[in-house]
Amino acid sequence: MRSYIKNMKTAAKVDYATYLGVILAFVVVSACQSAGLLSRSVTGMLVPICCYVCMAVSLNLTVGILGELSLGHAGFMSVGAFSGIITAMSLQSAIPNDLARMVLALVVGAFFAAIVGFIVGIPVLRLRGDYLAIVTLAFGEIIRDIINCLLVGWDENGLHIALNIDGTKSIASLGLSENGVEIIKGAQGASGNTRIATFTMGFVLVMITLIVVLNLVRSRTGRAVMAIRDNRIAAESVGINVTKYKLIAFVTSASLAGAAGALFGLNYSSVSAAQFDFNQSILVLVYVVLGGLGNIWGSIVATVVLYVLPEALREFNDLRMLVYAIVLILVMLITNNPTLRSLLETAGKKFRRGKSREGGVQG
Amino acid sequence: MEFLSYLINGVSLGSIYAIIALGYTMVYGIAKMLNFAHGDVIMVGAYVSFYTTSFAANSLLGENPSALASAGATLLSVLAAMAVCTVLGVIIEGLAYRPLRQAGSLAVLITAIGVSYFLQNGAQLLFGANPVNFTPVISGQLTLFSGRLRISYVALLTVAACIVIMLALTAFTSRSKMGKAMRACSEDRGAAQLMGINVNRTISMTFAIGSALAAIAGVLLCSYSPVLKPTTGSMPGIKAFTAAVFGGIGSIPGAFLGGILLGIIEAMAQAYISTQLSNSILFAVLIVVLLVKPSGLLGKYVPEKV
Repeated sequence: MRSYIKNMKTAAKVDYATYLGVILAFVVVSACQSAGLLSRSVTGMLVPICCYVCMAVSLNLTVGILGELSLGHAGFMSVGAFSGIITAMSLQSAIPNDLARMVLALVVGAFFAAIVGFIVGIPVLRLRGDYLAIVTLAFGEIIRDIINCLLVGWDENGLHIALNIDGTKSIASLGLSENGVEIIKGAQGASGNTRIATFTMGFVLVMITLIVVLNLVRSRTGRAVMAIRDNRIAAESVGINVTKYKLIAFVTSASLAGAAGALFGLNYSSVSAAQFDFNQSILVLVYVVLGGLGNIWGSIVATVVLYVLPEALREFNDLRMLVYAIVLILVMLITNNPTLRSLLETAGKKFRRGKSREGGVQG
Repeated sequence: MEFLSYLINGVSLGSIYAIIALGYTMVYGIAKMLNFAHGDVIMVGAYVSFYTTSFAANSLLGENPSALASAGATLLSVLAAMAVCTVLGVIIEGLAYRPLRQAGSLAVLITAIGVSYFLQNGAQLLFGANPVNFTPVISGQLTLFSGRLRISYVALLTVAACIVIMLALTAFTSRSKMGKAMRACSEDRGAAQLMGINVNRTISMTFAIGSALAAIAGVLLCSYSPVLKPTTGSMPGIKAFTAAVFGGIGSIPGAFLGGILLGIIEAMAQAYISTQLSNSILFAVLIVVLLVKPSGLLGKYVPEKV
């Protein structure tokens, strides 16, 4: 066993450590939860944390692995959330089992987000750098605006969908029958949803996201994607189909964000499109950048810390977002300081050398 | 006639976007960074102007101030806003962006986002979250065609200010020594430094000019739509950034053209298609333009070197 671990590649060790860490965290947290050690506010944070971990890991696939800055990730989350809510709400009578409905909603959310990701990806991935960033931002805002105008209801005759473009339509113009369900009410969003998301499902989703992303990264496809990131022209000249691999990474990222969005939507009794705005995309991007670009476990840790931090700062109330901003700036300044960086690197090297002499696992 | 009034409305809104976009584009062209905090500098400028005006009205001017005195107070408030924003811009650049000059563009972007959050939340603490009602710098309107067409003086002032600023900036960058240094920095920072140009001072200067423009834009923006709150600047900031990209980021005439076109598109979309979807239409046009012309309307195409 020991020699097996020793012969493993460092990347594989890090991957398994990541899985193990997530599983351990889940076991510890659920044990605490069943022992009644967690307060209400902490319990309420568990599912959103899982959603944001998935968002961050999937965005890391676009920004860190593919190397393209995306400022519209919340758009895919939004698509996933609302398609998931529509699925869960309209199948309430057909599938009474909450778990089955939730899984189906997540799959539908991922599917629709993937479609939107594909539609967005084809034009967007032709552009480069800051232009790509601004177009993803634009798509995020367009998705938000369209969902803001969306009216959806369900009755025995099926789904009723209308687009309230000129501001004259309301939920009444859908013509629902008496026992119909109003699902999305334009700018108000979806309210009165049954909350069926569970922490266990969140954990499963995080694990699925990790398995998908880590296996993709370590595969032939992932190597092609990283080759494109490092030098697009060189990658193209050795016969890598740039558009294809970029699209694979982008659509995978979008569909994972959609699944996370669906879970997020099912965790609240009311969700509106305005929640998934530009600031939401930025929030996730901050998690990814602070966790380290291309570093999957870094994204997970950064998400958990940065999600809990503003909550922990709640006693400062007015000051907390100010403190958050200052922490953000300071972290960027400190991690990018050349002197500190070289110091850290030498320390890291020394640490590693000491470890390997002892024949440890860390490598 | 209706169309004409929408058009004028659009041009005046576009002029505000253009002034903000000029600041964006200068900073981008020279410092090669997206200054996401630019929109919040606008908000700070508007607040400074608001408080200077109300201070002047309460303690400096008497019960019935003469027209000249109130015009002087307004001018003073604009100058105060410009001064505060200039200092703020230089401080932000020096403290937050200068240490990151060698770092990757993402690190700078995240720092800029941090600065933006900082300004928004700082403003919320200082000025409160409730919106205040901004008094337009000039009131009244021009009535043409026996009342069928009304143009507010604010709209005229905005367009005039925008044109003056654009011409002045073009002259500054092409004629003055500092302008030459700026162009050199945007072309090749290392080579500029070797030629004896003080790169840090040039970039500071760019931030100073950009922030002063943001202050003017803030006053004009709040004269156009008089609700001022800590988040006032963020959406116009994003749209102005879009305008800068639309016209070709880094190009001064491009920012002007992009801003005006964006304003017209927004006004027309609001009037004829849908108020809710006007932002979407604006962004959709941007996407189409970028697909046809990937470096913006007036942007230079830079071929990639292997």
